Amino acid sequence: MSKQSENSTSSKETHIDLDAEFRKSNIKDVLDKLDNELIGLKPVKTRIRETAALLLVDRVRKQMELSAGAPSLHMCFTGNPGTGKTTVALRMSEILHRLGYVREGHLVSVTRDDLVGQYIGHTAPKTKEVIKKAMGGVLFIDEAYYLYKPENERDYGAESIEILLQTMENNREDLVVILAGYKDRMDKFFHSNPGMRSRIAHHIDFPDYDPDELLAIAKLMLAEQNYCLSQAGEEAFGEYIRLRMKLEHFANARSVRNALDRARLRQANRLFLGAKKTLAKIDLMTLEAEDILASRVFLEGKPDGETIAIKEAKN
Amino acid sequence: MMTNVGNLLTQGQFSFLPPLTDKQITAQLKYALNNGWAVGIEYTDEPHPRNTYWEMFGNPMFDLKDPAGILMEINSCRKTFPNHYVRVTAFNSTRGVESPMMSYIVNRPKNEPGFRLDRKEGPGRQVSYTIHSYATDKPEGERY
Repeated sequence: MSKQSENSTSSKETHIDLDAEFRKSNIKDVLDKLDNELIGLKPVKTRIRETAALLLVDRVRKQMELSAGAPSLHMCFTGNPGTGKTTVALRMSEILHRLGYVREGHLVSVTRDDLVGQYIGHTAPKTKEVIKKAMGGVLFIDEAYYLYKPENERDYGAESIEILLQTMENNREDLVVILAGYKDRMDKFFHSNPGMRSRIAHHIDFPDYDPDELLAIAKLMLAEQNYCLSQAGEEAFGEYIRLRMKLEHFANARSVRNALDRARLRQANRLFLGAKKTLAKIDLMTLEAEDILASRVFLEGKPDGETIAIKEAKN
Repeated sequence: MMTNVGNLLTQGQFSFLPPLTDKQITAQLKYALNNGWAVGIEYTDEPHPRNTYWEMFGNPMFDLKDPAGILMEINSCRKTFPNHYVRVTAFNSTRGVESPMMSYIVNRPKNEPGFRLDRKEGPGRQVSYTIHSYATDKPEGERY
């Protein structure tokens, strides 16, 4: 007892090296990875750095016996589809784990179907089971606004929200909840569930990517799969992105990934049908302009994919 | 029960030790989860050692990473059945094993009356023995 009080009086003079703490926690790797692997998203990165700094300082304060209670870490990620919400959530769980705020650091990603049951008495066990699985880690609820359906008064979503709220409050040390969804719908969701809003400390908005960022993302994705774009191909893809952004159902990085998958398909076809039968490594790696220009976005001004299925069905 | 101070039911692991604290239970649960065993919670008010049919409290918990969820469930079982025996079993589902690897009591009735030894005389002065729980004289649900 006396020893402790002695410690706390003397600790005003003792110094803790914040840099050393920072290095010890290994979060630098995660933050660097975040910087390198995620293009753009400036505001998101700033917020994550701020949160990481807060948590680190909090931890150092704890060592100095300046307790401030467990911080509320529940978060809400809003943004359009394909802006990297799930990826950032994955990194977030890693950061929280390295700082010791969650014990295991795994991410359990769920949607409404995993939480809400189909008949009376089905919802509570289902939600609880998901919560139990996520304990010690991060529970990521994608498209969280679907949980609440005001037009159907017999919907069981409200029950699920109630249980979530209770665990978010009582098991703050065991579980971090991240909600994700479109901005406007999440705002509506929070408006009708004020309890939810007040329990979430961090609201992070994910901006849309601009065309240059999308091109950089495309190059990163291709590099991961050991592909590359030729000079002409790069120009064509930049043009593709600009056209595709104006069309409906544009889902940022996800659309880019789909477009690249289709370009790979065309490249394979081109190589297979082409006259040149002896191929070098570079031929197998390069996506040419023609692989991209064959897209329906250029020919008809329609997105690829969905319309093909309809046409085939008609035939 | 001469060797059993306090007349406590001794079944499963740790039953000769003082009751486990929540922290100790958490550590045991973590051991089970690290081995990939599914943890289930069971309760009964029939303490006979041959009674293998304990009721399950909820479903067995597969694919968990952290013991906090199980402890939550144990506490809710204690709240529902404060005067029952509650035990935790860790089940190994590996093909060829498929059996409980751990089992220990985490909740017991406040007052455990213990067992009586019955002797039955058979033909030729043969004696057969059986034990009888005082608690089971009363109907199910009213025993403790």
